[in-house]
Amino acid sequence: MAAPVGFFTDTTLCIGCKACEVACKEWNALPNNPLEFRGSYDNTGGLDHANWRHVRFVEQAGTSQDKPIAWSMMSDVCKHCANASCLEVCPTNAIVRTEFDTVFIQQDVCNGCRDCISACPYGVIGFNSTSGTAQKCTFCYDRLQNNLKPACATACPTQSIKFGPLDEMRQTAAARLNTLQQQGMSQARIYGNEEYGGLHALFLITDKPEAYNLPSAESAVLPSRNNIPGYLTAGVTAVFAAVAGLIAFRRRGESSSPSPSGAGSGSSPSPARGGGQGGG
Amino acid sequence: MPGEHFVVPPHWEWYILLYFFFAGIAGGAFVIGTMLRLWGNPADKAASRLAFIISFPLLLLCPILLTLDLGQPLRFWHMLVDVRTGTPAFKAYSPISLGSWGLTIFGLFSFVTFLGAVGEGGYLRWRILAGAGRVMNSALGKVFMVLGAIFGFFVAAYTGVLLAVSNQPVWSDTWTLGGLFLASGLSGAAATVLLLNRGRRDAAVSDGKLMEADRYFIILELILIALFFITLGGVVSKVLGGGWIILWLVVLVGTLVPLIAEWRPTMRRQLPPVVVPVLVLVGVLALRAVIIFSAQA
Repeated sequence: MAAPVGFFTDTTLCIGCKACEVACKEWNALPNNPLEFRGSYDNTGGLDHANWRHVRFVEQAGTSQDKPIAWSMMSDVCKHCANASCLEVCPTNAIVRTEFDTVFIQQDVCNGCRDCISACPYGVIGFNSTSGTAQKCTFCYDRLQNNLKPACATACPTQSIKFGPLDEMRQTAAARLNTLQQQGMSQARIYGNEEYGGLHALFLITDKPEAYNLPSAESAVLPSRNNIPGYLTAGVTAVFAAVAGLIAFRRRGESSSPSPSGAGSGSSPSPARGGGQGGG
Repeated sequence: MPGEHFVVPPHWEWYILLYFFFAGIAGGAFVIGTMLRLWGNPADKAASRLAFIISFPLLLLCPILLTLDLGQPLRFWHMLVDVRTGTPAFKAYSPISLGSWGLTIFGLFSFVTFLGAVGEGGYLRWRILAGAGRVMNSALGKVFMVLGAIFGFFVAAYTGVLLAVSNQPVWSDTWTLGGLFLASGLSGAAATVLLLNRGRRDAAVSDGKLMEADRYFIILELILIALFFITLGGVVSKVLGGGWIILWLVVLVGTLVPLIAEWRPTMRRQLPPVVVPVLVLVGVLALRAVIIFSAQA
C-alpha cells in the first residue's frame, strides 16, 4: 500500500482566487454551477456533486468601524476522514478506501441511495441527477496513481493548499501553527488532527471550527453511534407491543359472536373480561 | 452545540415517505396476524387471515418505492450483492444494508403466509394452497409465523433507525425513532385490519380486540412522541416551527381522537365507523411526513 497522503490548507495564505476550483473542474471535467448572487462575494455556492473544491468566504464582524467585515478564505474539500461516516453507512460498498488511504466513491457501483449524503457531517457529497450517483472529491485518484499532485494543490498560487504524505503534512501544519502563534495569532489552530480519527485534509484556521462550518471535535461523531440505542428502543417497544397484544388478543370466552349492529360498525363491544382461559 | 453538523439533506421525499408508511403497516399487520393466531380465539382466525393477506401486497409496494427513489434504479440489486466480489453485500451497522436483507427475508415469510391464508380462507381452491392453509394451524406453522413476526417487527421499526443513523439534525439527535415508527406502524396496521373488516361478519368478531390493541399501540406511540421531543432538546424548534405544527396537529388528532373513541363506546357510536381507522392512518402518514420533511427543510 502506498503511503497515506494528505492536504494541508492554510487559510491564512488563501486569497480567494478560486484557482483550485477551476483546476479541479478542468481536470475532473466537472460542469459549472450557475453563478448567482447569494449575498456574498462568494458566487460559486458550496461543495456539491460538481464542486469538489470550494473557496468559502468566511465573513465575520470586523474589529473597527473602518473594517466592518473581516474576511477569511478557506478552500474547502472532502476531508477523507480516517473514520468516514459516508463509508460506514454505504450499503453497496460503493465507497471504499484506496491504497492512498483516501475515500473514493466507485461510480459504477453507487446506486444513488444517498445515505452517504445524510451521513457526511461536512456536507461534502452531492447527488448528480444526470449520473444518478453520489459524487465528491476523489483526491485526484487518477493523478495519484501517476505520481502527480492533485490538480487543486498544483494550481494554488499562494501555497495555501499543500499536498504530500500525511505525516509530513501534519509536521508542516504544526510548524506553521507554531510560527503564527509566535507572531501573536493566539486563535490559530489546526483542524483535523483528532476529528473522525484524523482527517486527510488538515486546515489551519484562525477561529473556532464552527465559524468555518466545521463541527467541533466533540461534535465529530459517527452515525453508527445511534445503531444500538435505536434498535434497543425498537426492541423494548416490540416487547411492550407483544405484551399489549397478549392482553388485547388473549383467548377469552369461546362464545364470541359477530357484532349485532353489523360487521365492522366499530360498535362491537370488547368481549367481557374475566371469563378468559388465559393467554397462549 | 454538541452534535452540530454542517450537513446537506439527502432529499428523501415522497417515495421514502410512502415506503416508510407501507413498511410499517405490512410489518405491523403480520405481527398482529401472528398475535391473533397465537393468543386469540378460533373465531379470531378470520381477522388474523385478513392481516396476513394485506401484509404481503403492501410489502410488495416497498421495494418498488425504494427502487424508484434510487438515482440508478437498475442497480437496486447492489444492495444485496457486492458487485466487485460477487459476495453478499451485508453491513450490520448500515441500516439500509440490514433493512434490504430484512425486507427480503420478511418478504419470504409474508409470501408463504399470504398463500397459507388464501388457502385457509378458500379464496383459491388449489390443493397446494389448501395444504398450506392446514400447515398454518400446526405447530410448525406457528413457529414459522413467530419467526416471520420477528422480521415484521424489524421491518416496521428499522426505518426509524435508518434515519437516526445519520448526521442529519433531528434524525440523529434522538434514539426514539425506531420504537416510534414501530408503535405507529402497529397502530396503522390495526386500523387497516379494522377498516377492511367492515362488511365481513366473520372477521368483525375481533374488532373489539383490535381496538383494544390499537389503544395500547397509540399509548406507546404517544409516550415515544413525548420522548422524541424531550430528546431533541434545542433542535425541537426545527420540527415544530413554521407550518410543521399543522402536521403535528394532524398526528395529535390521529392519535387522541381514536384513543378516546376506542375507549368510550358512546363517543364511538356518534362517529361514522370508518372515521376512527382513517384518522389513525392519516396520523401515521403525517407522523412520518413531519419527521422526514422537517429535518430536511
